[in-house]
This record gives sequence, C-alpha cells and structure tokens, in this order.
Amino acid sequence: MLAFTVRRIAQAVLVMIVISFIGFAVKYAVGDPVRDLVGVSVSVEEREKLRDALGLNDPFMVQWGRFLKDAVQGDLGRSYFFKRPALDVIVNKAPATLELVLCSAIIIIFISIPVGIYAAVRPNSWVSRFLMGASIVGVSIPVFLTAIMLIYIFAVGLNWLPSYGRGETVMLLGFWDSGMVTADGLVHLILPSVALSSVMLPLFIRLIRAEMKEVVETEYIKFARAKGLAPRRVLIVHAFKNTLLPVITVGGVQLGTMIAFTVLTETVFQWQGMGFIFLEAVERGDTSLLVAYLVFVGLVFVIVNTVVDIIYGLVNPKVRIAGRK
Amino acid sequence: MGVWNTFRQSFFLYSFLRDPLAVGSLVVVVILISAGFLSPVISPYNPYDTTTIDIMDADTPPMWMEEGDPRFFLGTDSQGRDMLSTILYGMRVSVLIGLGAVALQALLGIMVGLVSGYGGGRLDAVLMRIADVQLSFSTYMVAIFIGAIFKTVFGVGLYAQVAVPFLIIVIGLAEWPQYARTVRASVLAEKNMEYVEAARVIGLPSGRIMWRHILPNTLTPVLVISTVQVANAIMSEAALSFIGLGMPVNRPSLGSLIKIGFEYIFSGSWWITLFPGIVLVLLILTINLLGDWLRDYLNPKLYMH
Repeated sequence: MLAFTVRRIAQAVLVMIVISFIGFAVKYAVGDPVRDLVGVSVSVEEREKLRDALGLNDPFMVQWGRFLKDAVQGDLGRSYFFKRPALDVIVNKAPATLELVLCSAIIIIFISIPVGIYAAVRPNSWVSRFLMGASIVGVSIPVFLTAIMLIYIFAVGLNWLPSYGRGETVMLLGFWDSGMVTADGLVHLILPSVALSSVMLPLFIRLIRAEMKEVVETEYIKFARAKGLAPRRVLIVHAFKNTLLPVITVGGVQLGTMIAFTVLTETVFQWQGMGFIFLEAVERGDTSLLVAYLVFVGLVFVIVNTVVDIIYGLVNPKVRIAGRK
Repeated sequence: MGVWNTFRQSFFLYSFLRDPLAVGSLVVVVILISAGFLSPVISPYNPYDTTTIDIMDADTPPMWMEEGDPRFFLGTDSQGRDMLSTILYGMRVSVLIGLGAVALQALLGIMVGLVSGYGGGRLDAVLMRIADVQLSFSTYMVAIFIGAIFKTVFGVGLYAQVAVPFLIIVIGLAEWPQYARTVRASVLAEKNMEYVEAARVIGLPSGRIMWRHILPNTLTPVLVISTVQVANAIMSEAALSFIGLGMPVNRPSLGSLIKIGFEYIFSGSWWITLFPGIVLVLLILTINLLGDWLRDYLNPKLYMH
C-alpha cells in the first residue's frame, strides 16, 4: 500500500510539473511583462536593462525553474487586468464556484439515489422506462441550453427566480464570500445549481441503477429476503451499501468534470466564479490570470483524483497490484 | 450485387428494421445531415452574403406569429439573417467539425492504441498514463484549456479566421484517449491469437501485422464509440462556441447561434435561441440513440438480460 501511495503521489507531482511547463510556455510565448510594467514610452535600452533585471533574457529552462519555484510558494504571477496577484483573484472567486458545485452535488445525491434504486428494483414499470428514456434525452441536452431554458421559464416567463448574479453575499471567516447564508443568495443559487446538476443526473441514475441491479441478483440478498427482513431494509442496508464503492469512485472523478461544466454554467448566469473570470481573462488576453487558472484547476483535479485513487486502493487491493485501473 | 444481397438478408438489417426507435433516429440523422450539407442549395438565403441582409429585418418573429413576415419562416436574428438559412449553414459547420474532430481523434487514438497494445513495455505504460491523466481531467476541461491557449497564442483575429480547423484540432486532441484505450484493449485480446503468431512466424514486419492483421479485428468497438463520439464532438463544439472559444458570429455554428440568441432572450426574442437549440438537441439525441442501438446489437452479452 505504501508503494502504491508513493507511486500515485509521484505521478501527481509529475503531472503538476507538466501542467506548469505548459502554462509557462504559454506565458513565455505571449505576454510581454515589460510593456505591461512600463508602457510604450520607455526607450529600448531601458527596456533591455529592465529585462535583464527581471531575468527575462535568461534561457527558457532557467525561467521555467523560477516560475516553478514561485508557484510552489503560491506566487503565480500578477494579473495584468486586476493589478493583483493572480492567485488572489482566483482564490477570491473560488467560493462562488465551490458553493455552486456543492449545491449541485446535494441535488444529485438526493435525486439520483432514490430514482436509481427504484429503476433497478422495478425495471419494467412505466415510470422506470420513462425515467431511463428521459435520461438519454438528458444526456443529449447541453448544459447551457438547460440553463437558458430554466432562465426563460422561471426568470423571464414566470418571474419567480433571479436569472443572474449571486445576490446578497456575506463574508464568512474573512475570506469565504458566501451566498448560502442569506435568503437572497440561496434564491440566486437555485437555477444555476439545478442547471449544473442536470448534466450529471442521468449519469448517476444510470450508474446506481446498473450497480443496484447487479447486487439485487446476488445470493446474500436472496438470503436476506428469505430470512424475512423488511424489503426496504434489504434494499437500503444490504444492497445499497454495496453499490456505494463504485458510485463514490465515479463521483470523485466527476467532481472534477463538474468544474469544467461550471465554466459553461457561470457564463450563462453571469456567476462571478472562477470559470467566469477565466473566460474574461481569455477575452482580455490576461495571460497571467489564464495560466494561474490552468495551474490552480489542474491542482484541484490532480488532488481529487489522487485522493480518490488512494482511497480506492485502500478498499480494493486489486488496483494496488496492477497499479492501473 | 453480392454484397447488397448479403446485407439485405443479414441479421443486422433485420434487427435494425425491427427497432422503430433506431430506424426513426437514422431517418432524422440522415435528413438533418443532408439538409446541412445541401444548405447552399436548399436554404432560402445565404447568411454569409452580407449584401442580402437588411438590418431592418432584424428580430422578426417566426412566420406564424402576429408580427411575422412570410419571407422568413423561422424569423430572423439580431442582424436580420433568416433563421432557417442560418441554422442550416450552422448545422453544416457543426457536423463538419464533429466529423473532422472524430476523424482526427480516431487517427491519433488508433495509432497510439496499436503501438501501445502491440509494443507493450515502457512505451505502453507512458502512453496509457498520459491517456489516463487526460481522461481524468475530462475532455471538456482539456478542450476548454486548449481552445483558450490557442486563442491567446494565435490572437483573436487569426482564431476567428481559421476557427474550423482549430476546433477540429482542439476537440481531436482533447478526446483521443477514448480511442486509444478501446483499441489497446482489443489489441491485447488479439495479439496472442494464432493468426498473429502465424504472421509473425512468416516474418512480416510489425507495422504490417498491426495495420493489416490486428486493426481490422479491433474495428467493431471502434465503430461503436465513433457514433457516440460524433455526438460528443458536436456537443463540445457547441459548448466551445457558446463560451466564445469557437465559431465567430459571422460564420455561426449551432453553438454560436445559441450564444447570439441568449443575448436577446431578455428582450423576448426566444426564437433565435430555441430553434438552433432544438436542432442541436435533435442531432445529438438521434446520433446517441443510434450509438446505443449499435452498442446493444454488437454486444451479445446484453441479450442474456
């Protein structure tokens, strides 16, 4: 187990080094920090001097090494647009995105588990058939269309819910800009998190249904039924518990995917999160911020995946030995 | 004729025709795709030709509405372009990018999968690790990142000019691991079979064994994922265009049309978003249904359930 953990962490570090290399290569190819610092009215010699002083004339690899060293210490450069450290900008916006992901995750858990179990236990009822059919349709609707539809129905048409922004937010603990403690903030959360959860719902319903179907066929479930236990208890305590492992594994990996979808959801709802400022950075050519986002999100993905893999390795020894899924 | 007769009497065709959902999906896909590729012939206007566009026609609702104009069946967008024509042209762009991206990812993935599966060893380990890592990032995120990097490195102007090949490259690069894994898995199953052994014994070069002997036997799973991948590629393209990393407004794909429409949804012009949206969902849904049918047909394990 130790060898497996070490190998996984070594791989995670390697991936982060590659990501930082790509990020730095983009920065190296595009941005001109000197022009951003001093503008256009400074003579060529002075610029050269400044370039030397900043180490911009060093070989590529040396500069990359410096970038890496700074990055490890939490310095990912300054955003040209915000005139602040890029990491600060991102960390400031992170709570918005994380709250969105959290709310969607809650919606997914509370809908997919009962629906998945029901569809597995009664595969031939018309409700199950309808739900399975609906899940294929659901997979085929892009998240931004769902979001636009929700806005059109609930914000433009019925005028029940707000269509954009985070509403009233409160600073918690000095850094967490939360929209989950005020009624206004919660109301603003509804549409974006429903839209975001719609992407993952069909996947999880199908996954839980498939796993559940397999477990229900096994001998120990038959035995539990034969013993005369209450059907509900058999389903939830005996059967469902054993479907949790694959569900949690997929869930962990999909958490990363959801961050990708937040980029789309945040665009539609003008949600001031990480994805939103990332796209703004692309539009503005704010390379520093773009690279910082790349490295930051890369880190989140790598940590989530590594932790999920290690947990999986703990529970399932086969993974450890093969070293590969 | 021989091939046609075999096909006509095959179980494949028989079971296909017995599934109304599959037949219906194929009909819809064929209609949509041919309408897209015939768009220069059948569409009433040319949305790329700025001389025929009149800004006075902008925001006309569909024909059957009160303020509709019989010249524009589905209404016009904010620039006065006929929606029907723009959707047809946009669908052509979307389908073109989808097919191109799948061709690229299949090419990359098949080569990597063959080399990796047949060669084995350290190269295999490295290539599959790369595929794993890329998949764990989710193809959307990778596509968004590559798109953003391309747009920054090449500049907004150039990106807009060559958006079609750019998008094909972006989506192709983002999704090759699917193919590589599938092909590798089948290669591993095939490479110890007698016929491969025989080919090796008579001294054929590895390249030939891979391409001519093993590859044809791995094509069934490739076919299955290809169908679903086309739908995924079209969806990725729409997503990229929607967030502004895709097709420019003057040559819209379905995704960029929806993006244009979204800006006007609060003023009540729902048709600019709704119609391209319906076409996009219909296209993706029917391709997915076909893919599902194909997978069920080619996977005999499912019959038992």
